Formats: sequence, structure tokens, C-alpha cells
Amino acid sequence: MLVVTALSVVRVTSLFATAMFSGVFSLLSALLFVGLDAVDVAFTEAAVGAGISTVLVLGTLALTSRHEKPSTSSPVIPLFVVFVTGGALVYGTMDMPNIGSADAPAQTHVSPDYMERTPHEIGIPNVVTAILASYRGYDTLGETAVVFTAGIGVLLLISGLGRRRKEEEEDDGESGAG
Amino acid sequence: MRHHLILRVITKLLVGTIILFAFYVQFHGDYSPGGGFQAGVIMAVAFILYGIVFGLEKVQQVFPPWVVHKMLALGVLIYAATGIYSLFIGYGYLDYSALSPEHPEHGQHWGILAVEFGVGVTVTGVMIAIYYAFANRPPRISDEEW
Repeated sequence: MLVVTALSVVRVTSLFATAMFSGVFSLLSALLFVGLDAVDVAFTEAAVGAGISTVLVLGTLALTSRHEKPSTSSPVIPLFVVFVTGGALVYGTMDMPNIGSADAPAQTHVSPDYMERTPHEIGIPNVVTAILASYRGYDTLGETAVVFTAGIGVLLLISGLGRRRKEEEEDDGESGAG
Repeated sequence: MRHHLILRVITKLLVGTIILFAFYVQFHGDYSPGGGFQAGVIMAVAFILYGIVFGLEKVQQVFPPWVVHKMLALGVLIYAATGIYSLFIGYGYLDYSALSPEHPEHGQHWGILAVEFGVGVTVTGVMIAIYYAFANRPPRISDEEW
């Protein structure tokens, strides 16, 4: 289903449908994360990927046109790059341990330590939150700063432009009246 | 959008529920999946939904842009201030045991709640600010074209 949705994103030329299909794609991948027992990640994917991104894409869409421009360059080279990258990724998965295998590096490296320490050091049941907010507090502070900077950047770029355009219109109006 | 009666009624019902759910995700993040990032996004969605259905002016009456812009910085400040507080008490930066020295586990609880709240405030602010920024610009295609 993921593959079908991804193909539809590429094939459909109406940008509105493309936005909707990317939302569907996000929801499906959220389901995939639930299947992998990564509930926190799935939650984020569903809220951010399927919710906010779709709204923002639609907001952008309202500022541009509704249909894709027909592509002018040949699709051979991009297709080649995609197949080579995809092939390399699939080759990489051959070395990965099976899902749920007990001796996978993810299960043996630092996670037993966290699982053991969280109940008596932090005392909360959700280990993900404990790692995110306490053991990795610096990282999360950095992430918050990144979100903050991104917000400021978008504000500077977009609202500044809007104001300038409005000022230009006012100038035009004044000169027209004069 | 005066004519979309069903949309308006359903939105009024949903917005409160969404905000309540955002608070649940925010403050129950210790026990169930979720935390500041997700709660911030869900909180922002409530206001964005309101903005989409009732128009930008209405939602900006509820949540003026200057409040949103303050929220961006406030969240990061709450987070950083938690760390600075623990520095002053004599612990390491962001060592939440400082918040309750005789019972470090409770300190960790409070610390996590505080920083998650900071994250939530910033994420809500950023999401709503970006939405305002996009919606503020005059659209180039008219409603009929949808």
C-alpha cells in the first residue's frame, strides 16, 4: 500500500491530490511504525507528517498554481540514481538482523542500561520520555532551539515578504490617487 | 465561509476536544506515548482548524500574532531556565534531581514535566506562527478553482 501511494504521488498531476496522497503516505508509515512497536515515533509521524505538513502544503498551494508543470528533462538519469540508491539500500538490509531478534545491536548496546536504570533513577514508565527529556536533555534542548530557529526563519522569510508587498500596493495606491 | 454550516458546528465541537487531548498528551507523556513535540503539534492543529473554518481574523482574535511570537522564545526559555535553576541549586545543568533534592525521583518528574512544557510551548508557537505566515499572504487562486 505504501508503494501504491508513493506511485500515485508521482503519477497524479493535480497538486491538491498529491498533497492528500502524501498525507495518506504519512499515515500508512505511522501504521508501519506501530507495527515496529515504535509508538512515540508513530504518534509524531501521524501528527506532524499527516496533519501539519498536509495543511502547510495546502497553504503553499493556495499561493501557487494547482497543477504540476509538465517536466521538460529526460527521466532516465533520475531513474538511474533512484534505482542505484534503492539497490544499495536493499543490499544494506541484507546485513541487518531480523525484526525482534534479541542479539540485534539495538537491543544489546545501550538500551538494556537505560531499561534497567529508568525505573529507579527516573521512576516513570515511558522510557522514551525518560531518555528524551532527562538522559538526553541537552539534545532535546538543542532540538527545541532548532524548532525555534526554523520558526523564526520562516517568519522572517514569509511575513517580511508579505509586508513588503502590502507596502508596495499602498505606494501604488497613493501614487495613483496623486 | 458563512455557508459551511456542518463544518462550523463540527469544528466547534472538535476544537475543545483536540485541545483537551493535547493537554493529555503533554502532561501524560511520562506514562504513555507522547510528549511536548506531539502535544505542541496537536495544540496547534486545534487553532489551525479553527482558522481554516472561521477565517484568519477570527483565530487571530483568540490568539493574537504577538502572543504567538512571544511563545516561540518563551518555550526555549522555560527549558533553559530549568537547567539554569538546577545550576544555581548546585547540581549539573539540566540535572532535574535539583528540583527536589531529598527525593531525586520526584525531581526528575518535575524536571521532565517542565522541559516538556517548554518544548510544547515552542512547538505550538512555531506551528501557529508558520500557519499565520502562510495564511496572511494574499492567495493567488480564488475559492472557485478548488
